[in-house]
Amino acid sequence: MNQFSVMLAQGHQRRRSSRRTVNAVMLALTGLLTLLALIPLFWIIGYVFYRGGKAINLDFFIHTPTPLGVPGGGVLHAIEGTLIISLISSILAIPPGILAAFYAARHPNTPLGVALRFSTDMLSGVPSIVVGLFVYALIVVPQKHFSALAGGVALAILMLPIITRTTEEMLKLVPGTLREASLGLGAPEWKTSLSVVFPAALDGIITGFLLGIARAAGETAPLLFTALGNERFDLGRMIQSGVQSHQSIFQVIGRILNQPVDSLPLTLYKYAQQPYPERVEQSWAVALVLLILVLLVNIIARLWIELRARRLRG
Amino acid sequence: MRKTFEAEIQQLKDELLLMGSMVEQQVLDAVDALKRRDVPASHRIFDSDAKINSKRYGIEEQVMILIATQQPMAHDLRLLASILEVSAELERMGDYAKGIATINIRMGEEPPLKPLIDIPRMAKKGADMLHRSLTAFINEDVNAARAIPPEDDEVDDLYTQVYRELMTFVMKDPKNIDRANYLLWTAHNLERFADRVTNICERTVFIATGEMKEITSSGDGSA
Amino acid sequence: MNSNIAIQTVEKTTAEVRGMKVEVKDLSVFYGKFQALAEINVDIREQMITAIIGPSGCGKSTLLRSFNRMNDLTPSAHIQGKITLDSEDIYAPGMDVVDVRRRVGMVFQRPNPFPKSIYDNVAYGPRLYGVRRHSDLDALVEHSLKQAALWEEVKDKLHQSGMSLSGGQQQRLCIARALAVQPEVVLMDEPASALDPISTLRIEELMQELKKDYTIIIVTHNMQQAARVSDYTAMMMIDEQRAGRMIEYDQTNIIFTRPKDKRTEDYVTGRFG
Repeated sequence: MNQFSVMLAQGHQRRRSSRRTVNAVMLALTGLLTLLALIPLFWIIGYVFYRGGKAINLDFFIHTPTPLGVPGGGVLHAIEGTLIISLISSILAIPPGILAAFYAARHPNTPLGVALRFSTDMLSGVPSIVVGLFVYALIVVPQKHFSALAGGVALAILMLPIITRTTEEMLKLVPGTLREASLGLGAPEWKTSLSVVFPAALDGIITGFLLGIARAAGETAPLLFTALGNERFDLGRMIQSGVQSHQSIFQVIGRILNQPVDSLPLTLYKYAQQPYPERVEQSWAVALVLLILVLLVNIIARLWIELRARRLRG
Repeated sequence: MRKTFEAEIQQLKDELLLMGSMVEQQVLDAVDALKRRDVPASHRIFDSDAKINSKRYGIEEQVMILIATQQPMAHDLRLLASILEVSAELERMGDYAKGIATINIRMGEEPPLKPLIDIPRMAKKGADMLHRSLTAFINEDVNAARAIPPEDDEVDDLYTQVYRELMTFVMKDPKNIDRANYLLWTAHNLERFADRVTNICERTVFIATGEMKEITSSGDGSA
Repeated sequence: MNSNIAIQTVEKTTAEVRGMKVEVKDLSVFYGKFQALAEINVDIREQMITAIIGPSGCGKSTLLRSFNRMNDLTPSAHIQGKITLDSEDIYAPGMDVVDVRRRVGMVFQRPNPFPKSIYDNVAYGPRLYGVRRHSDLDALVEHSLKQAALWEEVKDKLHQSGMSLSGGQQQRLCIARALAVQPEVVLMDEPASALDPISTLRIEELMQELKKDYTIIIVTHNMQQAARVSDYTAMMMIDEQRAGRMIEYDQTNIIFTRPKDKRTEDYVTGRFG
């Protein structure tokens, strides 16, 4: 034992009892604050389940709305609308997002790389309603009608920065030696990116995509001026009539794209404002559906990652 | 760097020097006892040779340990290998001295054939050569090491002289052959003693240069 | 009589007959203005293992990566002098980088298998070069894994992910992957430094086997490994301008028993720095 160990032993003794109290206090405090943070989440979920659960039934999912007073109506149109718009926005946002991320990750110091990073950051800060207005001026006005396409474009713009940012981060996480190993075998750059780097980053990229979708599915404001809403949207009927009049698949798709559509958040917005109690109840049910949808997307994302990780570990 | 290793090497060198001085002393003592016909002294020399042997094994063991634990390379490796070799040479040189003591014991009560003059000279020269060669070895003094082997000629000349002298004794009276043989054998041991010093010198050069070359004394006069 | 009983070197008579696989003439490597290597001259004998040793930062890896033009990946890198593979300058303007990299394979310090199956890891290279038939790929994969002494351990689980193997196995997988494209030279950058002692010895055994068919150049900071494994050793050090230079290049036996340069002596006896 030298003088220093004596010093430390003494200091340690002095600290002992006060340390215990401080430990306990901090533990209690953090526990309390955690609870506080969790309360809104569980309150919302609980309340939505409670209010929405009353109006929800099978009809809700498979029927379009019926006039007031008639039972058995649903929000099939809104569900279809949400799915269509999400599909459109995914198709529009994913390729540019991923390609931009590849470029920015590989050439971060070139003018283009810097510009990409900068604009991605800026875009993610633009309010969604402004994006809606922009697409209104760009697409709705020239076309002279609202459409699913316009809605898809608006949401794509909102999804883009999320996808780009996450993909870029995930690509940077792929160890450089993996790339070097591929290049060392004689593979060209593009093949290395495609066959080695991309699969290695895939998990993260998918997560980014799902996050983007979750955000887009919940947006209301931009859809106000683009998709507008359409209570009479019926996908089944449109496809049927298309088949009957021998239209090509492109024509049917074209028709669908050019229709104004509803989405779940949009429907919620409209129903909640109406003076009819049934409609208000239904808006709670829509909220429940949205919530379940978002939860489902998150769960699927996590399951996917876990499965991939398991397979990798062999 | 490698302070522990350096210290261990220094210790080994010290041990080697110590062993060398034990051998020097032993050969001088053995010849001196022979000159004075001191048989008890020769008995003592005979017994104490065991100490030289155990010194050698101690040095060997230490070298093995260093090789295993220190991964010696290049110069260090050559040095350790040479220490191993030299300790073996010293042990054999010690055995030559022991042999002389044995001769003295065997001669027993017989009167000496002649007063010893050249043989003690051989011993002194050999011991001196050994001393200087070990100093050169420890100091890695290549020049000093190269200068010693030629002196072996002196020892060889003395040996020839002793041989001739003893032959005349035998020819004068064949009954002298026993005692002449004993003395011849002693001289032979001392001649071999000096030869081994040359090996030590060659090792010194090896440590410094990495080349193993025989250093020949001019006109090899081994009979 | 002057018998030179010098450490009877392993100047295997075949070595005299063996040609030079790779020749480096006055090679200098720059990263922008900074000179990383200065006037390196060294000739690598075919079907032998050549080790490059030296203190950290002396440019060993830079030199190694020059052999398969991996330095090209750093935008500011450029060279003077030349490196020839079978007497062809690999930096000549018309030279196909992809071909150079096929003929000169590389194994890295940390095992880096692709996140694919074991089979796909080894088949990746051959597929790049147009080998498509399943039977061809199967044979190639098996041959490469056997050469890397890994076949017996993985033959029943070729479709499991390469990342599910242990560290030593992963490194052998990376070796199999490199061998699958039938290179002529194999570069190894501290191939066993991330592995445990037993895996390390296995890799060293493997190298002795492989040198029958390939020319191997290995960078290592482990001197005992260089001594155990290589036939020739090159000693490098940085000069006052922080550029790496070749100090001494000779048979391994000589470098470690009687090196000619004092700096080499100091380094191998651990008295450097």
